[in-house]
Amino acid sequence: MTTLPAVGTSTASVSRGRTRQRRTALVDRAGSRGLLGLCLLAGLLTVFVLAEIAYQVIDGARPAIAHFGLHFLASPAWAPNFSNLGAATVLFGTAVSALMALVLATPLAIAIAIYLAMLAPRSLRAIVGPLVEMLAAIPSVVLGLWGVIVLAPFVQRHIEPWLHSTFGFLPILGAPQTTGLSVFTAGLVLTVMVIPIIAALSRDLFLTVPRELTEGAEALGATRWEVIRGVVLPTTVSGVAAATVLGLGRALGEAIAVAQVIGDGSKIRPSLFAPGTTLASKIAVDFPNTLNKLHAASLFYLALILLVIGVITSLIAQAIASRFDATRLVTR
Amino acid sequence: MSAIVDAAAPLTPSGNLRRRLFVSQLVSGASILASFVAVAVLALVTYDVAKQGASALSWNFITHNPVGLAGGGIASAIIGSTLIIIFATLIALPVGVLTAVYLTEYAKPTSRLARALRTALDLLQGVPTIVVGLFVFGLMVVGHGESGFAGSVALSIVMLPLVARSSQEVLLLVPGTLREAADALGVARWRAILTVVLPAAAGGIVTGAILAVARAAGETAPLLLVDSLANPTQTQLLIFGHGVPNIPVLIYTASNLGIPEAQARAWGAAFVLLGLILIANIGARLALARYRARLGQ
Repeated sequence: MTTLPAVGTSTASVSRGRTRQRRTALVDRAGSRGLLGLCLLAGLLTVFVLAEIAYQVIDGARPAIAHFGLHFLASPAWAPNFSNLGAATVLFGTAVSALMALVLATPLAIAIAIYLAMLAPRSLRAIVGPLVEMLAAIPSVVLGLWGVIVLAPFVQRHIEPWLHSTFGFLPILGAPQTTGLSVFTAGLVLTVMVIPIIAALSRDLFLTVPRELTEGAEALGATRWEVIRGVVLPTTVSGVAAATVLGLGRALGEAIAVAQVIGDGSKIRPSLFAPGTTLASKIAVDFPNTLNKLHAASLFYLALILLVIGVITSLIAQAIASRFDATRLVTR
Repeated sequence: MSAIVDAAAPLTPSGNLRRRLFVSQLVSGASILASFVAVAVLALVTYDVAKQGASALSWNFITHNPVGLAGGGIASAIIGSTLIIIFATLIALPVGVLTAVYLTEYAKPTSRLARALRTALDLLQGVPTIVVGLFVFGLMVVGHGESGFAGSVALSIVMLPLVARSSQEVLLLVPGTLREAADALGVARWRAILTVVLPAAAGGIVTGAILAVARAAGETAPLLLVDSLANPTQTQLLIFGHGVPNIPVLIYTASNLGIPEAQARAWGAAFVLLGLILIANIGARLALARYRARLGQ
């Protein structure tokens, strides 16, 4: 960029102006490279951290992988003092608790999303929506504290006996234990954690359904439920599925609250009312006092399984979402 | 086509329509009930924490270090948690914001690197926090011992994808006309980013960072693995080289003890933690809403 010197200005001030321009150009070149470099560096750091996480976890798990191999996944034993360790019990508990959370949370969350997106009056929507999202802000350790002191005794005294006496013929609803620390209580706590995730994402999705479609259906005489079932749910089903998978990922990876209420059981039991254990909670419980190297390495092995599951759920959610519409899910 | 509708018929629902309306109302009722349940759970947890916590709370509780299992307060944990989070923010905020600047200001949305970065951020957010804890344990604790700083690093990894995502959203809200105006004045790109785009987005970036801090403040799993061995009777003002007492681990250990006095302290600590987090959340949400409105969205 050159500026013409005004008539009558001295040559000295012209050359001063030129040097300033040249300096600005130099600074600009350095600055633009510097900022781009910094930004790239920050971005690459993110990728590096991800790779380094995978490396550290695999590296820590190596002794256990060498010792147990893939047999680890199928062995139900967990006896660190006898170096006899396996992940089957843990995997079972993880699957059952997460599944229970998902079965309870998905319909509830979708119902909440329907209310927030379509039924609630504007004034209530502005209050209830943030409150539901606030549920996700409760720290897991506080929810776990509440779970172990308030929820578990209540569940043990009132809910478990009732379910057992009514539906006791089902093996998953066995006799209640003396404490309320059970897979069932863990499932309830996880439900509370998963609901806000699925509800908030689904509500945002429902709000993106074009007005013309819902109003068209209404004009044809559809009732509110028929509009939801016939128009809103079909157009957003893949997005809701992605939200559910994200919720599943949260339920599978939660360590602290589950560790507090699940009771750290060491056997595979069919009953939901028995204590159990999950991948993440096992690490939280055992890691602070590992007995030997193999024990620690086995916990890293569990973390590796957890990492693989976490990456797979993220990728599935992304794949579903991107097939649907990448930009819609970002709004959170 | 002949008209089937009898224009003279009264407009009352027939049997079939009555059934359809009933189903519709049933669903409406169920969804109202579901929302009520969710809000009730939040109210119940908050109420219990407030009720149990308030009885433990006192000026002494906040300003004194613990004595024995039940006496004293949680001052050392409050200070420790604050320091750990400050350092975590100092790491996560610049890295997250710069990543967001790269993604929104430099990269083409379809470029391979940008897509890889976005995937990496999503994956990082999907990594369970306990795995983050094990990672930092392998990276910093093995051979060096536990430290508060290791906790900061772990929390910064939890915060990073949150900060990057919220910053990205805010930067996308900054009107393109601002950038074009800067371009038209011949301002170099980096100057425009630093003096026009980032200042316009600053409010939103800060509120996003507050939400990330609120999330990290209650994060227990990583701290349990890399910063749980600390002497809570001693206030630590430096977080390098040694364990630092912190609130989440204090609550976790006390909740596992099964001793009522220790649980009372845990309730008190939970009250402080939950109170700060909820206030930060409400404040940040209000600020974000106002900020969005100002940017004309």
